[in-house]
Amino acid sequence: MTGWIFALLQTFCVVLFAPFMAGWVKWLKCKLQNRQGPPPWQPYRDLLRLSRKQVVLAESASPIFRVAPYIVFSVTVVAASIVPVFSVQIPTAALADVIVLVGFLALTRFFLSLAGMDVGTAFGGMGSSREVTISSLAEPALLMAFFTLAMNASSTNLSTVISHLAQSQFVLYPSLIFSAMGFILVALAETGRIPIDNPATHLELTMIHEAMILEYSGRHLALMEWAAMLKLTLYAVLIANFIVPWGVAMTLEPGAIAFGVYSIICKLLVLGYCLAIAETVQAKMRLFRAPHFLGLAFILSLLGMMSHIVLEVR
Amino acid sequence: MDANMSLTIAQSAIVLSFLSATVPLLFHRQPHFLVRISFLLLGLSGLASAWAGATALLTNHAEQIILPISLPWLHIFLRIDPLSGFFFFIVGFVTCTAACYGPSYIREHIGGTHPIGTLTLFTGLFVGGMLLVLLAADAFSFMIAWEIMSVASYFLVAYQHDKAENRSAAFLYLLMAVVGGAFILLAYGVLAGFSDSFSFASMATAQLSPAWATIAFLLAFIGFGMKAGIVPLHVWLPQAHPVAPSHISALMSGVMLKVAIYGFIRFVYDLLGVMHWQWGVLVLLVGAVSAVFGVLYALMQHDLKRLLAYHSVENIGIIYIGLGISMIFHATDHMEVAALALIAALYHCLNHALFKSLLFFGAGAVLQQSHQHDMEKMGGLIKKMPVTAVCFLVGCISISALPPFNGFVSEWLTYQAALQGPILRSGILGAMLPVASAMLALTGALATACFVKVYGVVFLGLPRSSQAAEAQETSFGMQFAQVVLALCCLIFGILPTWTVSAINVIAENLIGTGLAKAAGDGWLWLAPIGKQTASYGALAILVGLLASWLIVYFFLHPLRRDNRIRIGPAWDCGFGPLTPRMQYTASAFAMPIRRIFSYVWFIDEKIEPGHHGKGPRYFLKIHDWVWLVIYIPIGKLILHLAKRASLLQGGNLRVYLSYSFFTLLFLLWVIV
Repeated sequence: MTGWIFALLQTFCVVLFAPFMAGWVKWLKCKLQNRQGPPPWQPYRDLLRLSRKQVVLAESASPIFRVAPYIVFSVTVVAASIVPVFSVQIPTAALADVIVLVGFLALTRFFLSLAGMDVGTAFGGMGSSREVTISSLAEPALLMAFFTLAMNASSTNLSTVISHLAQSQFVLYPSLIFSAMGFILVALAETGRIPIDNPATHLELTMIHEAMILEYSGRHLALMEWAAMLKLTLYAVLIANFIVPWGVAMTLEPGAIAFGVYSIICKLLVLGYCLAIAETVQAKMRLFRAPHFLGLAFILSLLGMMSHIVLEVR
Repeated sequence: MDANMSLTIAQSAIVLSFLSATVPLLFHRQPHFLVRISFLLLGLSGLASAWAGATALLTNHAEQIILPISLPWLHIFLRIDPLSGFFFFIVGFVTCTAACYGPSYIREHIGGTHPIGTLTLFTGLFVGGMLLVLLAADAFSFMIAWEIMSVASYFLVAYQHDKAENRSAAFLYLLMAVVGGAFILLAYGVLAGFSDSFSFASMATAQLSPAWATIAFLLAFIGFGMKAGIVPLHVWLPQAHPVAPSHISALMSGVMLKVAIYGFIRFVYDLLGVMHWQWGVLVLLVGAVSAVFGVLYALMQHDLKRLLAYHSVENIGIIYIGLGISMIFHATDHMEVAALALIAALYHCLNHALFKSLLFFGAGAVLQQSHQHDMEKMGGLIKKMPVTAVCFLVGCISISALPPFNGFVSEWLTYQAALQGPILRSGILGAMLPVASAMLALTGALATACFVKVYGVVFLGLPRSSQAAEAQETSFGMQFAQVVLALCCLIFGILPTWTVSAINVIAENLIGTGLAKAAGDGWLWLAPIGKQTASYGALAILVGLLASWLIVYFFLHPLRRDNRIRIGPAWDCGFGPLTPRMQYTASAFAMPIRRIFSYVWFIDEKIEPGHHGKGPRYFLKIHDWVWLVIYIPIGKLILHLAKRASLLQGGNLRVYLSYSFFTLLFLLWVIV
């Protein structure tokens, strides 16, 4: 029972922290580019303001358009609830493993893309088309990277995988290096960051995620934005706990959890810093160069899996 | 439920379906009555077979009889066991929903140019043939039932035979069915050569040398594969499915392909008796290629039913991936994982039957209402046909393998089996499984993309033609069939543990080992290998989703009350109103993927410049690579050979007499 309450609290914390993560990256980016920049807590103000504003719906919008924000947000929250953030001792991880996690992310994308096509404007369809194209290349790479980790730990359960990584002796396995590289590339693509998509732009030739949610307003937009921030945080947590798993609590003791909270916040802030630097030094790619980028991610993940099977299975 | 009754009920189901073919012909003057009585009998047949199949499966009951009408030296054996019971259930259930759907769907054909009796006659024969295939326990009756099924479905494909396109599709289908039938016949011939009778029981005990076993396997693989529609034997599928009436397409795609899978499983697991890992590799590779190829071609289609037909190729590929994994583990003596993969494949058979029938029913409803085959002329149907739209959405989510619906469960099980690859301790085989799972992952992602396209273009947005704008919701029977199937997609998605423990019996019978812990961790947890390895609690996830939805909703509701939604025109950038032509089309939607994977298709794309005040026109045709590279050359070769052979037929009597003379001489020389 304690486990379930802890899992709920952990999910709540992650959901609340997500806007800060997005704001933090934005603030750092502005600093790096010599701009003043909004404070990191600006997204909270934005969400609050949006949720108070009136919703303007297009005449051609169908019920799908109205339920999509709720589905996208609640599925992302459930996805966040199965990821071990502070401690690996969460009972929810047994409800859904990495494959289900990928399935959840695909489900949010499915409804997001449908919502983009719903109103019948050109922008929405464009965004949806690009989104499904990119994700149909990114998803296999993501699964391959996860499978390598899962084969390493002989389990697809996220808690087991992370505790296996944290507790086993530190050895630089080639499979883990390759799949980590593949996973980071996929994470950049899936969260809509440079070089695949630019979260700061509303230029029709470049945008993907923003094009799909262009018709949204008010609380619907707030939910969509929050879900996107949550997804960014989720990927950051996964990167942090897969690549540098040390510090995550193995038990539910208050001391261990406090250290887990402290370590994950440090990791996320550092990751945000890395993301800001990466986005500052890189330019956005042309859309049709994205397949090369994602092909690289796929090959890296596949190499990781192959090297696990060929080199590491004893 | 009395288990001993299951074979009797199964036989009565077959009799009922044959009755539904013949009895209505007595009333050919009252077409409405004819349709009603025919579909009533068909529905009863479906109910009876679903009941019989479920009984045999759930009670692990096997029973065999010799039909009294058989010849003294050639008995007709009928047998029901959990494997045939499982497929009996699939056929019966889908037939039942098709019987609800059919009457209103074919109402527009009544009084049309095509006699309605033909349709009901061959529908009954088709269903009866499929059921008989599943019951047949000797090669002889199996082949007869198989051919009844093939020929009856040929007449259903050719039902609207006034269009040349339908005739050629039907001919291609018949040709491939006949060739496939010949391969199956030869495969049984090899087995019969090593056993003392045609009955499956004696074939199963036959001792084959590895070479003959491989020959028999290859023959069966090609023969059943032709009916199942694996690449490159799939070409009849995208031709035949779009032209048949929609409830027939649902039966053909949802059920008939499964009968072919049944034949393959029966032949390989039950009759051959031995297993080689090389066979598994072949099945796995062909499955992976079929899955990726099917979904890539589906993405490029504009005809809704042809698109669904290519998705059948994809899903058959996924089933074959599961079977291939199972065969590899079976041959290397890892029985529990082999059982897991077999269960995954069988589960996917059930799921595909459910969601593919649902999607074909939905497509039929759309076709009937909008009178359009072309997706580019649809749009905005969710407002006109809400029930169909919601059911179709469920089908789309299920086929895209997204949680918490049923398609996800079977793919999850397949992944779990593939992830056991490292226990094979063989570099090549161990590498094969991850590559197959990578293909499966790519397939799943592309299928999601494809169904976003389908749903977005057909049901969302603005109507792209006046017919689409005037569509109405369909009749009660058609809605009912779709709602039932949609609910089943959800139920089999959130209660996978019960299904897996039911299917487990089949694995126990065929492989000898089942999943020890199929439901060992309680009905909530699907943990096929062990809870520490992987688990999936589908119902809890659904509850979690609903709970978080409710929390968000109640959190935002107070704000909602004093803040009504305002409805206004969509933002048009200040240039006049939006028109339906400004939306993304299906071709435009798939364009990035077309560009990325451009080497997969033969793309015929050209732009005609506009003149005389007309705008330029864009033409796009996607050709099936297999058709151009394999089938056209074979066709040309056969025509060429036929031309050569026709030289023999001079038309001169003396030449023919001399042929007879020399043949006689040759035979005398051979005999003497």
